[in-house]
Amino acid sequence: MTSPILFSLLGGALIGLSASLLLLANGRVAGISGVVGSLLAPVRGDIAWRVIFLGGLLAGGLLLAWLLPGSFAAPASLSGGGVALLVAAGLLVGFGSRLGSGCTSGHGICGISRGSTRSIVATLTFVATGVLTVFLVRHIF
Amino acid sequence: MRSLISAFLSGLIFALGLGISGMTDPANVLGFLDVAGDWDFRLLFVMVGAIAVHAALRPLIHRRERPLFAAKFPSFAASQVDSKLLAGAALFGVGWGLGGYCPGPALTALSSGAPQVLVFASAMLAGMYLAQVLPARKQ
Repeated sequence: MTSPILFSLLGGALIGLSASLLLLANGRVAGISGVVGSLLAPVRGDIAWRVIFLGGLLAGGLLLAWLLPGSFAAPASLSGGGVALLVAAGLLVGFGSRLGSGCTSGHGICGISRGSTRSIVATLTFVATGVLTVFLVRHIF
Repeated sequence: MRSLISAFLSGLIFALGLGISGMTDPANVLGFLDVAGDWDFRLLFVMVGAIAVHAALRPLIHRRERPLFAAKFPSFAASQVDSKLLAGAALFGVGWGLGGYCPGPALTALSSGAPQVLVFASAMLAGMYLAQVLPARKQ
């Protein structure tokens, strides 16, 4: 990539646009853990748009695999750690995002955009423990 | 029907944004979280771009009385920091630092067909389910 920061900004802008579209059209917050997690305890009449949103994510993934094949560069960091690490990481991400009512998108983008104290605190917390975890894994152990 | 088309488009655009910004490659995410190493600050600009656009459009959207295809806008309880929020965010960050995936990128990357992503995403959904079931049992 010749201009990586521009790509980051552009990609981020698209995410912000997506969140704005979902709010404008559907009156929903584009927090991925909430949108998808609620399908695990589905409420009648509140299922279809969530499934379709997830379908859009997957369709977008297929489009990316076709247009930008490098965007899924094999998760080397993951394969190196084996299946146990993958399972542990996935469980923590899933459990933590629901317990904390949001993840990078819900708190980090939608919440901060509306100036929510909860979301600012949550974002600072998960970035801090993420940084600490990578520090321990890469530089200590 | 129109509300389903907008939901689909929103998901699609979200995934494209994740891919273009580099969020779907865990190596980029871990490089961003590795502040003590060769820090890769690019992902900071994903947040900047996303927040700038959404923060600019949100007030315009809220000028409407209601969304285009729905009865009302979401309402939020008073902004309160509690132990559940802190514990959840802390655990989520640990998992994010171990795997390099947060929920959006993990689901988007399923399209790559990589078995590691399938394992991660399955565990993630199991974790979400547990978080929803455990509090209900206590009551």
